Amino acid sequence: MVEYVWPDRKDVSVLGGSHDKIDGPAKCTGTAKYSYDINPPKMAMARVLGCPHAHCKLKSIDTAAAEKIKGVVAVRALKNAGDEIKWQGDLIACVVGETDGAAVEGLAAIKAEYEPLDVFVDEEDLAAAEKAGRAKKGAGKVQLEKEPGDGEDEAEFEEKELARLFKEAAAVVDGYYGIRAITHMCLETHGSTAEWKDGKVTSHLSTQNVSGTAGQIGGPLGLTADDVTVHCDYIGGGFGSKFAADSWGVLAARLAKELDRPVKLMLDRDLELKIAGARPSGFANVKVGANSEGVLTVWDSHHWTTGGPEGGALSQDVMPYVIVPPNFRRKTTNVSTNTGPTRAWRAPNHPQGCALSQTAVDDVAAKLGMDSLEVFRRNLINVPEARRKLYEEEMTIAAKLMDWQAKWHPHGKGKANGSVVTGMGMAMHTWQGGGHPSSCRVKIHPDGGLECFLGSQDLGTGTRTVIATVLAETFGLPIDAVKVNIGSSKYPPSGPSGGSTTVGGVSESSRHAGLDALAQLNEKVAEKLGANADDLVAKGGRIFDKNDTNKGLAWKEACSLLGMNPLEVTSRGAPGRNSKLSSSGVGGVQMAEVAVDRETGEVRMKKFVAVQDMGLVVNRKTAESQILGALIMGIAFSLFEERIMDAKTGAFLNAEVADYKLPRLGDIGELVVEIYEPDEERARGVIGLGEPPVIGPGAAISNAVCNALGVRVPVLPMTPKQVLDTLKARNA
Amino acid sequence: MKAFEYASPRSEEEAVELLAHSGTSEVLAGGTDLMGLMKKMIITPDRVVSLSRVESLKAIQADSQMFRIGAMATLDDVLEHPATRNYPALLQALQAHGSLQMRSQGTLGGELCQRPRCWYFRNGNGLLTNRGRHVAEGDNRFHAILDNAGPAKFVCPSRVAPALIALSASVRVLGPEPGDETEMPLELLFRTPKHEGQREHDLLANQFVAQIVLPAVDGRLSASYEVHHDAGGQDYPLLAAAASLAMRGGVVADARIVLGQAAPTPWMSREAIDAIVGRPITPQTAEAAGEAAVSVATPLSHNEYKVQLAKVAVKRALLKAAGLETGGFC
Repeated sequence: MVEYVWPDRKDVSVLGGSHDKIDGPAKCTGTAKYSYDINPPKMAMARVLGCPHAHCKLKSIDTAAAEKIKGVVAVRALKNAGDEIKWQGDLIACVVGETDGAAVEGLAAIKAEYEPLDVFVDEEDLAAAEKAGRAKKGAGKVQLEKEPGDGEDEAEFEEKELARLFKEAAAVVDGYYGIRAITHMCLETHGSTAEWKDGKVTSHLSTQNVSGTAGQIGGPLGLTADDVTVHCDYIGGGFGSKFAADSWGVLAARLAKELDRPVKLMLDRDLELKIAGARPSGFANVKVGANSEGVLTVWDSHHWTTGGPEGGALSQDVMPYVIVPPNFRRKTTNVSTNTGPTRAWRAPNHPQGCALSQTAVDDVAAKLGMDSLEVFRRNLINVPEARRKLYEEEMTIAAKLMDWQAKWHPHGKGKANGSVVTGMGMAMHTWQGGGHPSSCRVKIHPDGGLECFLGSQDLGTGTRTVIATVLAETFGLPIDAVKVNIGSSKYPPSGPSGGSTTVGGVSESSRHAGLDALAQLNEKVAEKLGANADDLVAKGGRIFDKNDTNKGLAWKEACSLLGMNPLEVTSRGAPGRNSKLSSSGVGGVQMAEVAVDRETGEVRMKKFVAVQDMGLVVNRKTAESQILGALIMGIAFSLFEERIMDAKTGAFLNAEVADYKLPRLGDIGELVVEIYEPDEERARGVIGLGEPPVIGPGAAISNAVCNALGVRVPVLPMTPKQVLDTLKARNA
Repeated sequence: MKAFEYASPRSEEEAVELLAHSGTSEVLAGGTDLMGLMKKMIITPDRVVSLSRVESLKAIQADSQMFRIGAMATLDDVLEHPATRNYPALLQALQAHGSLQMRSQGTLGGELCQRPRCWYFRNGNGLLTNRGRHVAEGDNRFHAILDNAGPAKFVCPSRVAPALIALSASVRVLGPEPGDETEMPLELLFRTPKHEGQREHDLLANQFVAQIVLPAVDGRLSASYEVHHDAGGQDYPLLAAAASLAMRGGVVADARIVLGQAAPTPWMSREAIDAIVGRPITPQTAEAAGEAAVSVATPLSHNEYKVQLAKVAVKRALLKAAGLETGGFC
């Protein structure tokens, strides 16, 4: 009976060590091929036309002139006259050319007429949304310790009780907070290269979901998924926006079939930003009451948010975030806008919830003139008991790494250096990150070759390396002895890579498959050695008897016992409550230190400390790297990036790399990552890490800026304009 | 990108001839701006004339009287030339240019003649759309705070023009006939267009900037100061100022103070100059010059913060020129 567990810390060879990405050299040298790089012979280039208007009715579309352009192979209208278009960039037509240039010229020759309709994009302006009929009451919740008396009106009681609690509070903060919509800005835009051969289609799709998209492509083409191969060895970023094949993925496959030749269709940068997903914004009025110790006693919030034309988006569940006082009321309003629909963005809902509510917690500290860290610490009484100790220890570690105690000053009371003031802030977060369903096929060749197959994908964060590390540990081999095959829908299925579910999923399945295969190999080795199979250990390139370490075989010798054919084992992982390999649920504490020029509103990162638990660490280097990436993304949405819409026309004004501001190396400051992995955390097994560290930076950096200036800059990103406008309003 | 003719002349005369064309033509220098505009089909010339093989346009010559920089010298060529160190405002403007790619591929002439970054223009809405109402009623957070009453509300994007103008640079322009040339003060190259179709300069299609000429520095102090969203200066500044000062007896005898990213042209601030001439440079007089510079500002609906930035940029450029502490991160 195979026991599916990890080796003890003292017994590991490679598990938990710091290992380079096995696909690093391929990526650095350009030999790694992304969807964009795949150019089969006779490939035609497709381009798509986005609607220039944010809200309109398509009156007519005429493709005749486009069809006559030299080099144009095919033209397809993607919308019909009479169709309503609800956001700028929604796809109208497609032109396929012998060359990219011919396709672009073809697009320019398409004549479409539109009837403009009313446009609304100003999602921050609730009053305007209400006036425009774009606001709709959303979900909400009230939780009070006291219950209404018999026969007492519930709504009246609620108001009275909240009023009483606020009256009794030693400090009340009545604040406004916001976080703007951002887009995914994948380095590789969305799209695919599709090939058609003998009634089958291969889609080289830039996707976070190789196992789940074959059916999406096959169905519309009248194929079953067995006639579809989705292939993605490398993906240039997805962040939650590339789970589906999408209309353009299906279109490329359809065109390849209709034209009987390969077709490449990648979105332009501006279209990617306009139509391929955005993270919803959130704006909130928050009233919070605390006792004289700074412990929150009551919360009352109303946030409005948009998911695009359909409204909705930011869940009510993340308000208040992590620190939940015993009495709270939350309301939401859903605003419908003529902006591209939202998609999952790394840690859906959490970065917004954290930025909208832990800023209010920090404002309580400011109001009471207390140390922010102390207020967060005291509010651990308001987090689930099971995680209090974890947060407390992570706070202690973070504070030490930040040198918080020595650097702390009350809000707005720091010493200025010329016009520059510094400040610190913190935040804490949580995420689930349990493993997704995953299967792994392990193949051991009689010559010692070892490979595995999983219908998973590497988002760039190290999935290949994690799988190789798990199998190397399992078979007692070096990491480079394991050939990892992922990125094809023809391999045993794995879940989509989202929600931090991949590392748990693939670690489970590859450990299961590895141990199952090893057990079979051990049977043969045991027979040869005259040992008991249960006593065999695979380590250091050998399989040997743990009772007599001289009694063993080198790996190759062991494999030669397989005879003519390789040993192949496919196993499913078993994540869940009974698993000893993986688990779910993490915390995490972050602290930011910034400098702000009061005269220019420029905010510069000085230092950022992230302390993160993730259960058992598989590969320290990729884990740290993933946290660093998350912090940079967090700095981006805290200080730089935002989707800027023209209020009048609904045009996405900054839909190109030059205008969509992202931080550069000089904007990052010092990043300090500390992985929190004491024995009791390690014992929980593998937990996903992708989302958690990106949640806290908004609140932590906002709190640091507030600590520096003594004034809350309410809306992220805190650009020089935002900072100066805030200071000006304050002085007015 | 629309199909176009490509010409690669070997001499200045040939370049002028090839630019005279029945259709539209564009000058290609480093290509960092033109290629993007052509790809987005914001500009669709029938002919592109590359100057990259006209060797005479790359020359940089310095003597005790003049510093002559060919328009096709890259920003890095200029930055690395020893004579540039005599002109702190120019040196600092080039150093502030944080993009290695732009510095090594972009040319000085191209930097001066690049098109505005206005996002309405870059999204295909034209430069002066609807007599400027599009910008006035839209998101103008990066637009002009000076000289913006007409239809032009964009800002001149050049990052070196304020320094060069402060340093009294002139430009040598070739054309319209082969052998023709004109030299004029750099500030006269720029204009605020009044009608759609007008460029940000009034050169004819077969005229181009061939050389930038700086007079001897003659003991003048100078400096550039840029305010940035990003720390590394890879993005365009939010606002910039350059100053050059002739000091006599501890007071400013003559000054040239030029704002960048503030108006449709590099903006010579008479008000700031008047406020500082006859005074020593101190934090107080520099502040007063900054106040004076923005006394005529007319911010749009979303860019009032740029008034504050202009004030600070002028103040800090003056302090920096005088070798005093500027405050801020620099």
